[in-house]
Amino acid sequence: MNLIIKKEQWINLAIVASTLWFMWFAQTHFDEYTVRILNNIAIFTILAVSYNLINGVTGQFSLEPNGFVAIGAYVAALLLLDGDAKEYQYDIEDPYPWVLLLHANFVWALFFAGTFSAILALILSFPVFRVRGDYLAIVTLGFGFIIRIIAINNPEVTNGSLGLNDIPEYSNLYWTGGIATLAVIGILNIIYSKYGRAMKAIRDDEDAAIAMGVNTFKVKTLAFCTSAFLEGVGGGLLAALLTSISPDLFTFFFTFQLLIIIVLGGLGSTTGAIIGTILVIGGSEWMRFLDEPMNFGFMETPAMPGMRMVVFSVILIFVMLFAREGIMGKRELKDLFKKRGES
Amino acid sequence: MDFTVFMQQMVNGFSLGSMYALIAIGYTMVYGVLRLINFAHGDIMMVGAFLGYFGVSILGLPFPAAVLLAVVGSAALGMLTDKIAYRPLRSAPKISLLITAIGISFFLENAFNVFFGGTPRAFPVPEYMEIILSLGGLTFSVASLMVPIVTLILLAIILWILFKTKYGMAIRALAFDVNTVNLMGIDANRIIMIVFGIGSALAAVGGIFWAVNYPSVEPMMGVLIGLKAFAAAVVGGIGSVAGAVIGGFIIGFTEVVVVAFLPEYGGYKDAFAFVLLILVLLFKPTGILGLNFDKSRF
Amino acid sequence: MILQMKNVTKKFGGVTAINDTSFTVQAKEIYGLIGPNGAGKTTMFNIITGNYEATEGEILFRKETLNGLKPHTIVRKGIARTFQNIRLFSSMSVLDNVLIGFDFQAKYTYLETIFRLPRFFGEEKRVKKRAMEILDYFGIKEFAHYKATDLSYGQQRKVEIARALATNPEMLLLDEPAAGMNPAETKELAELIHNAREDFDLTVLLIEHDMKFVNQLCDKVLVLDYGKTIFEGKPADAIKDKEVVAAYLGDFIHD
Repeated sequence: MNLIIKKEQWINLAIVASTLWFMWFAQTHFDEYTVRILNNIAIFTILAVSYNLINGVTGQFSLEPNGFVAIGAYVAALLLLDGDAKEYQYDIEDPYPWVLLLHANFVWALFFAGTFSAILALILSFPVFRVRGDYLAIVTLGFGFIIRIIAINNPEVTNGSLGLNDIPEYSNLYWTGGIATLAVIGILNIIYSKYGRAMKAIRDDEDAAIAMGVNTFKVKTLAFCTSAFLEGVGGGLLAALLTSISPDLFTFFFTFQLLIIIVLGGLGSTTGAIIGTILVIGGSEWMRFLDEPMNFGFMETPAMPGMRMVVFSVILIFVMLFAREGIMGKRELKDLFKKRGES
Repeated sequence: MDFTVFMQQMVNGFSLGSMYALIAIGYTMVYGVLRLINFAHGDIMMVGAFLGYFGVSILGLPFPAAVLLAVVGSAALGMLTDKIAYRPLRSAPKISLLITAIGISFFLENAFNVFFGGTPRAFPVPEYMEIILSLGGLTFSVASLMVPIVTLILLAIILWILFKTKYGMAIRALAFDVNTVNLMGIDANRIIMIVFGIGSALAAVGGIFWAVNYPSVEPMMGVLIGLKAFAAAVVGGIGSVAGAVIGGFIIGFTEVVVVAFLPEYGGYKDAFAFVLLILVLLFKPTGILGLNFDKSRF
Repeated sequence: MILQMKNVTKKFGGVTAINDTSFTVQAKEIYGLIGPNGAGKTTMFNIITGNYEATEGEILFRKETLNGLKPHTIVRKGIARTFQNIRLFSSMSVLDNVLIGFDFQAKYTYLETIFRLPRFFGEEKRVKKRAMEILDYFGIKEFAHYKATDLSYGQQRKVEIARALATNPEMLLLDEPAAGMNPAETKELAELIHNAREDFDLTVLLIEHDMKFVNQLCDKVLVLDYGKTIFEGKPADAIKDKEVVAAYLGDFIHD
């Protein structure tokens, strides 16, 4: 028994070490385009494993990522840009004086990005988790819209539809990969604890979970706020990767992409979320050709911007109808090495 | 405040509320029989508006015939989505159904976007609907007068179906217990399909009214209108048709009143329905007329 | 006296499911709730566990009122339940199912979980050991790592009771525990409940249709019919009661 745990720990350590080594190697050896895709994969891994926590593990259908990622990106951008840089680019309205005063280093910027998202998630938890029903999905869907409306209508803070530009490019694979690794470890730590068990119990049978003394409101709120925190951090990393953000970046497509990722990987599996991220973010680059004009030899099709999204939605519907378990089901990597019968 | 201005806004609110009500009925009926938030409902409304547009501008149909085409087409689409996407998932976990619904919604939006373009198209409003009537200082177009009248007629028909026909009884029974319906010797799946048909047909009417009053159609129009109509259904009490209508009017009036009298918050006009939704969930989750559906059933 | 129901009435819309019912359960008693289908037995359970709110009347547990408390709070006060149709957590192992019962007893915080601080390991070890002890008591320790829903029906019922006992209750509510079991399994279950009462210091309130089971196990029964009490007393006397027999008609003839 002792030996098995030790073996498992060694394997975990080896996985973490080789991930970090790969991040270093890629950052120092690969070309800019590849590094950018890897950065995207790292950031989307953070988002996917946290989105999976509320949707897959806790079973509460939510459509929140674009809202919280937007908040994280804006909070981080406002903190990373110094007063001069902000004054220079606010063209629609003059910024409020306090907006100019905001300034922090990268670590604090990410921390506040996450914390601010988590606090908003806490506030949203009260209307949606105290009642039964699937109101979380519709409320978070609306929330994503409202955040964009707020960002557009408050140019004194957000520079309106022009967005924020010239954000210092702090994000690199050390940051994105390092935080992604920590996020995965943190999420797995939650899943393998009484909190994770309670989340799964709520997913499987909420009434039975309550009958075991589980405070379901608290557990759902924890899962939701944890997701929001990491999505905020991910948003901050994204802002410092793209160097410019605007309300149009955080449309529902952002959330939809993450939904495909976790469904394809297997709802409820963190391993699956990571696999899904690599497939979808990698595949999404590859699928760019769909939006472009195509020459089939016998006929040419015009450019069809948005074709990718049609393909994405067809994939989602197909997986749901014919392969609901996705790639991993609810299993994690280590479950693949278990004997039959054991769960 | 000027009385005429106030009355004018009431007329506008009545018209806007009617459109929300027509769309909200579909949400509430589907929720009643399947406990599903049909995310695709707003997009089916969009398809209805597009069919009306195609009917008039491409096929050259007279307006009423285009409406009929839209109603029949949307109802068929609604029933088709149920048959191919929702029915196979009846016994699957709820989350699968919701994800599929989101998938259908996203598919319709983007397919229309790819094939017909994202720029709004001007809806060819028949001339007689643009005639402006004036009555004691109030002015309104024939279209804005027609909306509430047609809504009330349709509502009467729906209530008649629900309370006076065998299928209506089955729909109401299904909202409480699937077994009862099976005992009545009626195929539950058929009833659910009828519900999708009715809801989608009403959405198409709502969509065309929308296109006539804000004279344009575009692929993403269903998103926000759908969200607001869902909020209307929850505010009125999800599961109840009368509640959906009341909720629709509440949201319509609030929006009109806020824009008219607090113009500085006009940019947030799309947010009010959402705020109302949150307040209702916090303080009266069953809505104004709601049935307590979500009480755990042991 | 551990549980006291005082003039409890429950109405759903216009339908009265329970009508002005009072009864008292003594500590360490095995108390049966019986009556034909639709008599209001499960409704009574749901009122005690806080899933339904009583329209009128008071529920006292150890002289403390339960009215208005949330279901999970009532569990933490010492009332656990099982369900009529077994409701195990289908994606989880037998051990994890039982560990859910320890959810509120494992004393570590969310941050201690995320950062794997020492108290996490200590508490996890403690509750896992206790969970295994309970599984051992029920003779299903060897299945600890099996998926709960892969077990046989009888074993699943045991897991469900084990899971309820994990919440460390003073009172256990069993909703038709013998339903769907063959005579041998039913007999084993009766012994198990009988022994568990001593070993876990339990009071048991159970709903059951199997009169043989009730006769064998219960110290006292309450017979409900259409929400009204028609008999309270020893099970042996219940069978002789005319009103009870009338309410059941055919049901007793089988036994």
